[in-house]
Amino acid sequence: MQQIIFFLIRNKNFLLFIVLFSISIFLTIQSHSYHKNNFINSSNSVTGGIYTIKSSITNYFNLRKENEVLIDENTRIRIQLESYKSKVVDQNIDTNSILSKYYFVSAKVINNSFSKTKNKLTIDKGERDSIQLDLGVITSKGIVGIIDNVSNKYATIQSILNTNSQINAKLKNAKHFGSLVWNTQDPNVIQLIDIPRLAPVKIGDTIVTGGKSTIFPEGILIGAVVDFELTEDKNSQNLNIQLFNDMTNLQHVYIIDNLDSQEIINLEKGL
Amino acid sequence: MLNNEILKNIIRFILLVLTQVLLLNHINFLGYVNPYIYILFIIVFPFTGNKSLLIFLSFMLGLTIDFFLDSGGIHAAACVFIAYIRPQVLKYSFGISYEYNTIKISNTDFMKQLIYVGSMVFFNHIVLFSLETFNTDHLLLLLKSTVFSSIFSTIIILSAITIFSEKPK
Repeated sequence: MQQIIFFLIRNKNFLLFIVLFSISIFLTIQSHSYHKNNFINSSNSVTGGIYTIKSSITNYFNLRKENEVLIDENTRIRIQLESYKSKVVDQNIDTNSILSKYYFVSAKVINNSFSKTKNKLTIDKGERDSIQLDLGVITSKGIVGIIDNVSNKYATIQSILNTNSQINAKLKNAKHFGSLVWNTQDPNVIQLIDIPRLAPVKIGDTIVTGGKSTIFPEGILIGAVVDFELTEDKNSQNLNIQLFNDMTNLQHVYIIDNLDSQEIINLEKGL
Repeated sequence: MLNNEILKNIIRFILLVLTQVLLLNHINFLGYVNPYIYILFIIVFPFTGNKSLLIFLSFMLGLTIDFFLDSGGIHAAACVFIAYIRPQVLKYSFGISYEYNTIKISNTDFMKQLIYVGSMVFFNHIVLFSLETFNTDHLLLLLKSTVFSSIFSTIIILSAITIFSEKPK
C-alpha cells in the first residue's frame, strides 16, 4: 500500500499530465464527430458576450460594404416580387399572406474562422430566437453552413469550409447531383465531387443547392465552376467551385427554418 | 511578494487570452499563419514554481482558448504537453543549474532564449496542428502551418519578453 502511495507521489506530475492530456484528446475526438452537443464551444454566454463586444466595435469598419450588399439584395428581391405580382391576376395581393414553407431569421456573425481545416462561425441568435440544430445558414450571395451548437443566446455554425461538411448540390442547368466538400486549400474555392461523367459541365456554370435534404431549399446559390476533371476511375468528375460568398468577410446571415422538416423527418423515421 | 507573483500571473493569464482571441486569431498572414502568443504564460511561469500547478494551469489556459475557438481540446492538449516537458527543455536550454539559480528569462543571453522559446513553441505547434488536422491527407498543410506559425509565434513571443521585461536597476 505504502509502495503504491509513494509511486503515486513520485510520479504525480506524469499522472496529472496523462489524465489532463487524455481529457483533451477525448474532447478533441468528440468535437470531430458530426455535431454531438459538444461541451467546448463558443456559444456559451461568456465567450459569446466577449465576441459580441468585439463585433460591436469592428462592425463599423464594414458598414459601407454591408450597405451595398443589402441594396443589391433588395433590388434583386424587388425584381422577383414584381415578376410574381405580374403573374397573379389580383393585383392587390398581400405578400404577407402567401404561406411559405421556409421561415427566415437574420443574425449577425460575431466570430468567423476560415484558416483552419475545421472552421466554425458564431452568431448572436440562439434558442430564444427559435434557432435549432441542423438549420441551414445563408447570406444573400450563397450558403454559409449548418447550425451545430445552440445556447440560449448564441449559436455556432459548421462552415462549408470544414472537412466534416458534406452538402448536397447540383448544376443549375442540369439535374445532376454531387456532394460539396472542402480540400482546405483556399477559403474561396470548394469542391463538388461525384458528379456523373455524363453531366455537361462548362467553366462558369452556376452551382446551386440540391434540395434533397430538409436543410436547404432547392436553388440557393453556391458558386461558379472554375475547372473540372475526371476522377481516376473515369466514372465521375470533380469540380472546383469559386464561391459567390466571400467567406472571409461575413457579417449578416440568414438562418433558414424549414417548417415541414419535422414532418419529413418523422415520416422517414417511421419507414 | 508571493501574493504579488500570484496576482501577476492571474492578470497575465487573462490578458494573454483576450489578446489571443480578439486580436491575434484574426491575422491569418498568408491565409493560414496565426501566431499563438498565449503560451507565453507557460514559458515565463516562474522556473522554480510548482510543476503540478503549472500543468493544471496550462490545461485551464488551453481549455479557455478552445472555448473561444470551438476547437474541442486541441489547445488544452498542446499546452499540457509543453507544460509537462518544460523542465527538460529548460535543462537543455539553460543548463542543469537552472533550478538553483533564480534566473529571469529576460536576463539570459539571446541565444539561450531563442533555443528555449523556439523549442517550446515548436512542440506546442506540432501537437496543436496534428490534432487539428487529425488526418494524414493534409500532411503538407500540417508541416507548412507548423513551421510558419512557429517562426511567427517565436518572433512575437521573444519581442514580448524583451518589451515587457523589468530592467535590472
